[in-house]
Amino acid sequence: MQLKDKHNKTKSIREKLALATCALLQTAGSTAQAGDEWEIDSALMIYSENDSRVTAIEPIVSARKEMGEDKFFGVKLVLDALTGATPNGAHASGTAQTFTRPSGNGSYTVAAGENPLDDTFHDTRVALSADWEQPILDDMSRIIVGGNLSKEFDYRSLGVSATFLRDFNNRNTTFSAALGVNADTISPVGDVPTPFANMMVAGSGTNRDKASESKTITDLMFGVTQVIDRKTLMQFNLGLSSSSGYMNDPYKVLTVVDATGTRLAPVGNDLPYVYENRPDSRSRQTFYWKTVHHLNEDVINLAYRYHTDDWDINSHTIDLNYRYELNGGAYLQPHIRYYTQSAAEFFTHNILDTQVGVAQYASADYRLGELTTTTIGLKYALPFKGNQELSMRAESIVQSYSKVDSAVGTLAGDAGSQDIVPDLGAFVIQVGYSFYW
Amino acid sequence: MKQIVLLMLTAWVLAACSTVQPWEKDLLAKPSMALVADKLDNALDEHIYFSKEASLGGQGVGGGGCGCN
Repeated sequence: MQLKDKHNKTKSIREKLALATCALLQTAGSTAQAGDEWEIDSALMIYSENDSRVTAIEPIVSARKEMGEDKFFGVKLVLDALTGATPNGAHASGTAQTFTRPSGNGSYTVAAGENPLDDTFHDTRVALSADWEQPILDDMSRIIVGGNLSKEFDYRSLGVSATFLRDFNNRNTTFSAALGVNADTISPVGDVPTPFANMMVAGSGTNRDKASESKTITDLMFGVTQVIDRKTLMQFNLGLSSSSGYMNDPYKVLTVVDATGTRLAPVGNDLPYVYENRPDSRSRQTFYWKTVHHLNEDVINLAYRYHTDDWDINSHTIDLNYRYELNGGAYLQPHIRYYTQSAAEFFTHNILDTQVGVAQYASADYRLGELTTTTIGLKYALPFKGNQELSMRAESIVQSYSKVDSAVGTLAGDAGSQDIVPDLGAFVIQVGYSFYW
Repeated sequence: MKQIVLLMLTAWVLAACSTVQPWEKDLLAKPSMALVADKLDNALDEHIYFSKEASLGGQGVGGGGCGCN
């Protein structure tokens, strides 16, 4: 009896402490969220690539509010204004090259030794997403349902998602399961090109056969978030994704070369460039691991992602943020990211004339080749009165590509003498402002 | 399926190690300890790398598709 009483007493103190702690944490949380107010985060990002390539100006704003007990509504709006020039898939040559614009009307000429860029690239994207979070079943489980719409003049994406989370183990473990479905439609300028058909001389025809194409992407994710100790949190996610439908980039071509690596001469109205073709399905798996660790004052956030798919693209990503606390809640946050990927099995820098009509798939899109991306950045954030925060961020990105072609090895002839995949440099400048309203 | 089982086993082993009580979660409750502490930075970065690389995902599902890739 005495033992039982003692046990009950201990349990009681323990429960009271737990409740007191929760109350304290909730108080801290509600102070941070400023009661019934909307929590607003906003930012303006400028992304700019060197050599007059893509420049993007991207304002973004998100708002979140508690709509009832443990129920939250969030909404996010992104605008994305893009201008500049983007690689068209063909490679540099020892002689000048003339290309037809995607519309089929008009042309542009690229000087000898220059990387072919289509300088008509411009686009404005509007993306809107919203989500609702609330408890389900009991107070240990939550569900988040969301929807998103993204619209460009030649592309539309519609998606829905649902995430179920359940806490276990004194809320030290959270399991999650999520499902997302996206339906995308592309309506390219000048219509959808016929795979492996030649780009034609401007005004002579287009080799295009339909106005639009579509694809569906289904994502499944299972995750575990675990409190490791008082200062460490760890997350593991396993992602499975399946895409089906039109996966080509309708604006990308491949240079057609002969066995010596020399670009073919135009034949009639056919230019020596053919439109790419990719498989109409793709199955991807990702493994994601993240650790957040609190030092005496500072916080380390380290993540690793492994990605593999049935196009033979395997990639590794390491991402590290170190939050260095300054006085008064301000902080400096250096950021390093390293990414490396292998080439898709059908990636090639150019295509042999004997392979046109024989090869099932081929693409010279540099993003499907072997590449590495290195990012170094720094963020400074300064809180001020009324739970407001101003932040500035600068990042430098360098992307390097392999010139060796997995299909034909080192390129020969004209292509071999050119710097066909020069490194890409880009920088990001961002200003952020968070407040309650 | 093997991967899911492995994930669950990992979680189970880690869960067994953890003895953090609610009143010891003061540091874990700080906004800087959130898994995604800078949500807008994260969203903007995801969009940049989605448009420049062939891999995507890992952190969650959903999010707008884009003609950029």
